[in-house]
Amino acid sequence: MRYVLYFIIGFCLWLLLTLSVNLDHLIVGVVVVLLGTVLFGGYFTDKPIKFLQIHRLFWFIVYIPVFIWYMFQANIDVAYRALHPERPIKPGIVKIKTTLKTNIAKVFLANSITLTPGTMTCEIDGDYLYIHWIWVQSELVDKASEIIASRFEKWLRRIFE
Amino acid sequence: MISPIGWFIIWLGILFDILGTIGLVRFPDVYNRLQASTKCVTLGTFGIMVGIFLLKGFSPMGIKALICGAFLLLTSPVAAHALMKGSLHFGTKMWKGSVVDKYGEDKLGGEQIEKEG
Repeated sequence: MRYVLYFIIGFCLWLLLTLSVNLDHLIVGVVVVLLGTVLFGGYFTDKPIKFLQIHRLFWFIVYIPVFIWYMFQANIDVAYRALHPERPIKPGIVKIKTTLKTNIAKVFLANSITLTPGTMTCEIDGDYLYIHWIWVQSELVDKASEIIASRFEKWLRRIFE
Repeated sequence: MISPIGWFIIWLGILFDILGTIGLVRFPDVYNRLQASTKCVTLGTFGIMVGIFLLKGFSPMGIKALICGAFLLLTSPVAAHALMKGSLHFGTKMWKGSVVDKYGEDKLGGEQIEKEG
């Protein structure tokens, strides 16, 4: 099941990339996507049925503009710190706890944290994430989790869990 | 109407790229530099890609630009994460103004922060 889904997604991506239904392109595409499926299909999601649930897709599409808005804020923030004459930074690595359970949700949480204001994921260890923070507001695990992770967790829980 | 918006987004992307590069020069250690370069350069380059899509529409070039943008958003944080973990394990010290290092305390037996002076 998961291999079939992987093949379909890969092939759709190939069609988008070439934008032609030329026979040569199709044959090369099938060969390449089959190779990819055999090599990497095993790492794909455990429960492929989640891809077919419409509400998850809906929340994912809602999440994209939210995410881009946070990214925009992050850039203004970094630009401010880089251009300010006194360079106002107070960096440190803090530890936060996430309530998300599945691997793919944790990966998205880590990626979202990396691209948003002043924070960057160093390592995931079980339920804990180590975050490099450019302006440390709190060293406590609970407080830091609330500031950094809670704004994404409520979206990601709807999408992936 | 679409064309000026596309050009505006492209120029915004270039502006963010420049700001990211300034941050790369001004910040003191490898971790802060990674912050600046990852965030600004990702959004800057993503902006350029979206701008190209708006200018070219649903043509082969526009679609390719959009797919490049999506892959950039997925892969750039992962690359930064790998670089950061690599430098932590290599033993690169944090800047002397850093306030806390939980990772060093938990995994490397002590804070990895540069001493004053």
